[in-house]
Amino acid sequence: MKKILEGSQAIAEIINLCRPGVVSAYPITPQTHIVEDLAKLKADGIADYEFVRVESEFAAASVVLGAVASGVRAYTATTSQGLLLMTEVLYNIAGLEMPVVMTCANRAVGAPINIWNDQQDAMSVRDSGWIMLFAKTIQEAVDMHPLAYKVAESLSIPVMVNMDGFYLTHTTEEVNIPEQKAIDRYLPKFRPENYLGVENPKTFGYLAMPKEYQEIRLALHEKIKNSRTSIVKAMKDFKNHFGRTLEPISTYKTSDVNIVYVVMGSMYGTLKVAVDELRSEGKSVGLVGINMFRPFPDREILSVLQGTKKVIVVNRAVSLGTEGILTTEIKKALYGKCKVEIQDEIVGLGGKDMKVGDLKELIKK
Amino acid sequence: MSKNKYKNQNLLLPGHTACSGCGQNLAARHVINTLGPNTIVVNATGCLEVTTTKYSESAWGVPYIHSLFENPAAVATGVLAAFKYKSQITNNKPQTNSKSQIQKINPTNLANPTTPTNPNVVVFAGDGSTFDIGFGLLAGMFERGDDVLYVCFDNEGYQNTGAQASGASTIGSKTTTTPVGKNSIGSDLMKKNMVAFAVSQGARYVATSTIAYPKDIENKVKESMKYKGPKYIQILVPCIPGWGTEPKDTVHIARLAATTGLYPILEIVDGDVTKVLKVSAQRPKIEEYLKLQGRYKHLFKTKEGAEAIKKLQKICDANIEVYGLCPTCEEHQILMQYKK
Repeated sequence: MKKILEGSQAIAEIINLCRPGVVSAYPITPQTHIVEDLAKLKADGIADYEFVRVESEFAAASVVLGAVASGVRAYTATTSQGLLLMTEVLYNIAGLEMPVVMTCANRAVGAPINIWNDQQDAMSVRDSGWIMLFAKTIQEAVDMHPLAYKVAESLSIPVMVNMDGFYLTHTTEEVNIPEQKAIDRYLPKFRPENYLGVENPKTFGYLAMPKEYQEIRLALHEKIKNSRTSIVKAMKDFKNHFGRTLEPISTYKTSDVNIVYVVMGSMYGTLKVAVDELRSEGKSVGLVGINMFRPFPDREILSVLQGTKKVIVVNRAVSLGTEGILTTEIKKALYGKCKVEIQDEIVGLGGKDMKVGDLKELIKK
Repeated sequence: MSKNKYKNQNLLLPGHTACSGCGQNLAARHVINTLGPNTIVVNATGCLEVTTTKYSESAWGVPYIHSLFENPAAVATGVLAAFKYKSQITNNKPQTNSKSQIQKINPTNLANPTTPTNPNVVVFAGDGSTFDIGFGLLAGMFERGDDVLYVCFDNEGYQNTGAQASGASTIGSKTTTTPVGKNSIGSDLMKKNMVAFAVSQGARYVATSTIAYPKDIENKVKESMKYKGPKYIQILVPCIPGWGTEPKDTVHIARLAATTGLYPILEIVDGDVTKVLKVSAQRPKIEEYLKLQGRYKHLFKTKEGAEAIKKLQKICDANIEVYGLCPTCEEHQILMQYKK
């Protein structure tokens, strides 16, 4: 059903349609509207999940861990400092292979304190063992949540859906919210093989000695690497059910061009305009959007970028002292496979506005 | 004779790797056996976890989860919320009458739709987790009024990492972060009063015990389960390597902790002190307790040590007064202020 919704409200609606049994979150800007809306759905009797109010993000992540371990679908959302506070639990959730789904409303991290958008929060937990998706639009953020549950639960890997704070959480646009029946058809019931149940007592969270630890961690590494196939399949399945496309990367006018911009998140929209203007000025330029950061879509990136002369990576996060984090990832995807100049650009930190003109300027460097 | 006579009925099974004479694993066995098989254990990081779940073996006969050092209270909340949701939808009573979003809920949605009654949820945590790093999350669990039994096995320090001081360490005790030296007699801080804290936060049933009194532990666990809401039981469990004691002395030392008055044995229900373990008028002096433990050995050698012993004796005397532990004492003097 088409509705005019604020991004956060749209997320709350789609989460409710995914039928979680437990929702737990702690308020932090710009994630607040999502949890407020989820609390309201519960208060109005529209939702039937247990809404657990907690004293910190650390507790919120721990609550959803306990809920999923007990065999119930669960949801949390956070951003920035909250995500950093959760970090220890995020690693634990992934290590325990708990299919938690969370939304990260991407925001800068302090100091200096700043509530506006960039992607330094999510990038700081990129090695924690979560599948990480990045939405370009509110619609995509909505669609990525049922996908996230489907992928998480079929593979027992947690999934983080990232959406740029304010740009996607606090803006309002037309969104297609699926019908409950359609979601139920796409998203099967959560029936984990292993859960905490007295009829079949199981132990979770054991101590592993050096020999087993490495084996277990590397097995998880392989599992996440190989999750790519299942994610792509779930994306195709999504298209069959809902008619909308989800894919690891998006491309815009990339065939036979000399220069390609690469970006992650909502700046894709602005860059599309920049690319159109540059092309009308005679520049041979295209655009790639990264929608899946973990596992990283090396293959797709290579197939689009080989043959171009220059790649401008537009980063919303930096590994301080090295370079933009997306730049490193792109280099890794292309290393030894094609010859292309890579330009590292770090822009829009802490909500610094990037207009079409600013993005066009990058080509001149 | 039935075959079952020889069947091991324990829910914390032999084969774990704890030290001989370990107070904690002994206490944990009494608690879990009392709670029975319809129980889910949420364990904090610590010796109990390390000694019972070494991959790929488990000593637990009940469902068990260990996540982190500081979060068992919140994980327990999550487990509880999940079972609340399960029973809500197995009872097929959706809380909603709205037609717009929710369809009738199908009980087969559940992982285990047949759970007859909701299981007991129990947290097992040490004093490091409880008094210190998980303190805030425990406060959250109390605030939410979650129906969880939280059991703190108190061995007065971070024994799993090599006997560092925690908020539960007593004054004058030698730990590896409060070493004894020219300028130090060991820990110089008072033990945090977690019992008063639990009561002040609205825990419905609060009790202490020591491993010298297994029957008392069992009775308290049983009694606690009559109350819906947060319950807190703190059990003193001597640690052989951390305290520098002999395995044969575990029970003896745990008894002396109580009979000297240093570790008052209490039961507090909804803010009222309902039961205390009386101590004899000819009760042992604190030295009897201290001299059996390496962590207090140094106190007998110096003037400063003698001062510390005096302070510890004063704590015993104050406890006896405050909690009404002597045979003729008026009971129920304290903690009334917290009564709801």
